[in-house]
Amino acid sequence: MSTATVERPARGKGKVRASDRARAENSLGQKLVAPAIFVMLLVTAFPMLRAIYLSVFNYTLTAPDDREFVGLGNYITALTDPLFWRDTGVTVLYMLVTVSVELVIGFVFAMVMHRVIFARGVIRTSILIPYGIITVVSGFAWQFAFSYQNGFVNGWLPGISEQFNWFGETTPAVIAIMVSEIWKTTPFMSLLLLAGLAQVSEDMIEAAKVDGASWTQRLFKVILPNMQAAIMVAVLFRALDAYRIFDNIFVMTNGASGTESISFLTYRQTIEQFQLGMGSALSVLLFLSVLLIAWLIVKLFRVDLAAARQEG
Amino acid sequence: MLRRLGTAVGCLLILVWCLLPVAWIISLSFKTQESITVGNPGFLPSEGTNAGWQNYIDVWDNEQFRRAILNSVGIALIATVASVILGTLAAYAIARLEFRGKKFVLTTALAIAMFPVVSLVGPLFDMWRTLGLYDTWPGLIIPYMSFTLPLAIWTLTAFFREIPWELEQAAQVDGATSWQAFRKIIVPLAAPGVFTAAILTFFFAWNDFVFGISLTSTENARPIPAALSFFVGADPFNRPASLLAAGAVIATIPIIVIVLVFQRKIVAGLTSGAVKG
Repeated sequence: MSTATVERPARGKGKVRASDRARAENSLGQKLVAPAIFVMLLVTAFPMLRAIYLSVFNYTLTAPDDREFVGLGNYITALTDPLFWRDTGVTVLYMLVTVSVELVIGFVFAMVMHRVIFARGVIRTSILIPYGIITVVSGFAWQFAFSYQNGFVNGWLPGISEQFNWFGETTPAVIAIMVSEIWKTTPFMSLLLLAGLAQVSEDMIEAAKVDGASWTQRLFKVILPNMQAAIMVAVLFRALDAYRIFDNIFVMTNGASGTESISFLTYRQTIEQFQLGMGSALSVLLFLSVLLIAWLIVKLFRVDLAAARQEG
Repeated sequence: MLRRLGTAVGCLLILVWCLLPVAWIISLSFKTQESITVGNPGFLPSEGTNAGWQNYIDVWDNEQFRRAILNSVGIALIATVASVILGTLAAYAIARLEFRGKKFVLTTALAIAMFPVVSLVGPLFDMWRTLGLYDTWPGLIIPYMSFTLPLAIWTLTAFFREIPWELEQAAQVDGATSWQAFRKIIVPLAAPGVFTAAILTFFFAWNDFVFGISLTSTENARPIPAALSFFVGADPFNRPASLLAAGAVIATIPIIVIVLVFQRKIVAGLTSGAVKG
């Protein structure tokens, strides 16, 4: 960073007259990012445009010749279908509960990791295991753990019958899926929060302590406000990730018992039922809802997008 | 004193949190398949239902499982190498050069990191079938690259900003071109950051499920998470839990090895890549 500022003045002057050096740099820069941009857009922008195009057709892969233009028909069908709204509601619930629980547990873990002096390596190694493990494996582990036939959860939890079927009803099934999701992604949250915690100056906390601030005052008045940027970026990333929840549902319930998320509905329409037109409309709606959530979080919490975007 | 006790309790809590489900899946993988069919609750294998290594032998004997491991290793490694090369080029430009469109690159990367993957699956399914990429290795490598590039670009940009760039200037003063300075001076210095980006990229590719199940139909390219989820066994109504657990443990071994060896690098990459002061 410091070296960048040293040479900036010279370059700033170059911009006015656009010296050969500056022009060469501009062209080299664009050449270097071009392949990355191309690959990123190839699989996102282009299929997304195609989805928008397909979404106005009644198009089934099993009968490709019967493709007919239906205008906004698919959107109207989706938006007036109670199933769509139920799935959206369930998805929002997954997002709100998992992210808030993760924020609390992740913060506690980050505090512990920040303070621990010995066994630091062991703690950090073990916290990376849930982060690295395949979501499908996590889903299986928890599905079998909650199973009344072969699991241990019923035996360990007091007040739960040995024969209780977690996957028979919506509420317990949703809880089981959330547990797997929270277990797997809390480490990511806590590592991001740990990075934020490291930026809070110890002197400031010490000064507050000398001035007689209690532990809670130090936490809420000094530590949390000073790591706000880190918290917001972590929430933004995790919330959007949680809204896309798919793997755990696929493995643990396959969408049964009302656990289906909006991603799962979209997948079911396109890949399992070959309804490309309808599926594309759902894809567009899913994309728009993610945009809406991103916008809401950025506006409500005033996330510093430059920080998220890594602009130095 | 109270504070130290709290930290110790916290450490214990973290260890239990992280390792209990792993211990559970390992324990499950040692239960006999017959006892699973009947029902074998409890954390550890109960009396007389310890299968030893039998589940591991059975799952390894399964042709499809071995093929899925091969697919996953091959696809994840190729996607990682390709993504890190492109990411390195882009991150170098972002960290070092002034050019028009820098903000566009960063915004695109951020947008793609938040993109709902499932919404692409339908059109991609259609496109890949037309292009003949459906159910092939490149058909998975390309989407993996697109979705790991943002991560690679961020991590690498953060690392590149820390590099002592005077060395590059010194090389340029000595007559090296921008490209030579990049290749001969910066690449060796940047290697640790590149390595971290590679690990995170590999994790993503190894972990992916949505593309894995939607863009493959046979064992030709099906990666391990998809293969595990489609693994039904003899009785479709009673999934072979212990066999699946053995397969899951095998699929987790590469992750655990990487975590054990490169713990420090991964933490540095995650924390430097996502939040910057």
